Amino acid sequence: MRGFVRFVVILGLVAGAAGLWLTRPVHITDTDIAGLTGDPAAGEAVFWAAGCASCHSADDAEGADRLILSGGQAFPSEFGTFRAPNISSDATHGIGDWTLAQFLTALQNGISPEGQHYYPAFPYTAYRLAERQDLADLYAFMQTLPASDTPSEPHDVGFPFSIRRAVGAWNALHLRDDFAVEDDLSAEAERGRYLAEALAHCGECHTPRNALGGLDLANWLGGAPDPSGRGTIPNVTPGAIGWSEGEIAAYLNDGFTPDFDVAGGHMRSVILNMAELTEADRAAIAAYLLSVPDMP
Amino acid sequence: MTLTRILIASALTGALALAATAQESNPAVDARQGQFQVMALNIGVLGNMARGNTDYDAETAQAAANNLLAVSQIDQRFHWPVGTDNASIEGTRALPAIWEEGSRVIEIWGEFGAGAEGLAAVAGDGLDAMRAALGPVGAACGSCHDDYRAPAN
Repeated sequence: MRGFVRFVVILGLVAGAAGLWLTRPVHITDTDIAGLTGDPAAGEAVFWAAGCASCHSADDAEGADRLILSGGQAFPSEFGTFRAPNISSDATHGIGDWTLAQFLTALQNGISPEGQHYYPAFPYTAYRLAERQDLADLYAFMQTLPASDTPSEPHDVGFPFSIRRAVGAWNALHLRDDFAVEDDLSAEAERGRYLAEALAHCGECHTPRNALGGLDLANWLGGAPDPSGRGTIPNVTPGAIGWSEGEIAAYLNDGFTPDFDVAGGHMRSVILNMAELTEADRAAIAAYLLSVPDMP
Repeated sequence: MTLTRILIASALTGALALAATAQESNPAVDARQGQFQVMALNIGVLGNMARGNTDYDAETAQAAANNLLAVSQIDQRFHWPVGTDNASIEGTRALPAIWEEGSRVIEIWGEFGAGAEGLAAVAGDGLDAMRAALGPVGAACGSCHDDYRAPAN
């Protein structure tokens, strides 16, 4: 009996240690990125493709105000309401004092400079697939953007989701280093896949989620309930859209559907980002979308 | 025999009642949706030129811009009766926020009007001028859809 109790205790300790190890914050260090430097001019394109402004600028920001990343927009979910933080170049309230290694750790591992897990409302799950050079360029570009001294607002997330460490377990289950679409693609569609999956994170809204809030990769871009609780975010697989490559690319530029309806909701903001890309990149995203497996 | 007849008759009545419910439409909702279709049709004429899908033609562009300007001048008060939001009735994507305190719809409709005026002023002056002036019109449409139109289904 004594032996059995000891066995159970040891098993518990091992499980606990494994849990702690699995959920530990993983940091990217200066040594990991030795020699990596960013080019702010190249970073602007990454900034628009990655859609930073859509969530981190103030609600309804237009024009140059979309470059003021003061945060504050609310994102409702079934786990609570998340608030986009200030990621402006302000050293106190934003990320102005972050090192490149801290920036990459945040974007690719979902870990703050203080070692805290971010909630996956922040799409580090996607940015993790991005080239570090692109993210270094983004880092350099973001340093050139205006500072805002608006303090970040706290998330409104109830127990048990308020336990940040639990996100470590979520990460162990959901972080991936492969693209969702692994089929053979044309060079153009591959470029589109990189833009759509690693930077623009289309799947975050257009792919349904499982009970834990992880993306249901088997239904990639198959459409999902709108987290606001009203309506549906559309299925954007080829058969469901029914648009030509040219129509998709033009929509991403001017926001007009083929029958000249105008995008609303969060997609409007996405289109403002996409309009900043090159025509070739918009065509690449369109080519990728037409290569994604059809979902009913 | 009689019972069968009664059953058939009641089934028919039920079906007719159902059909009536399904077809029940609200003239104000029909009118505003028709108005948006007129807008989309005319924006399409200009949008297709802007995208290079059709050749720019000054007279056609001017006609479409004039139509948009005319729509922007329709007094909207009869199109939006209280109780015609998507929480109250079927067949509309109009959010209750349109009627709520702090609603910006009237202001945005004014932005559409200003955009349409700017567009009508230059639509016949060449492709680049028309394309530049189409932007603010689309922005006003998007601005309203952003906060006041529910996603499809």
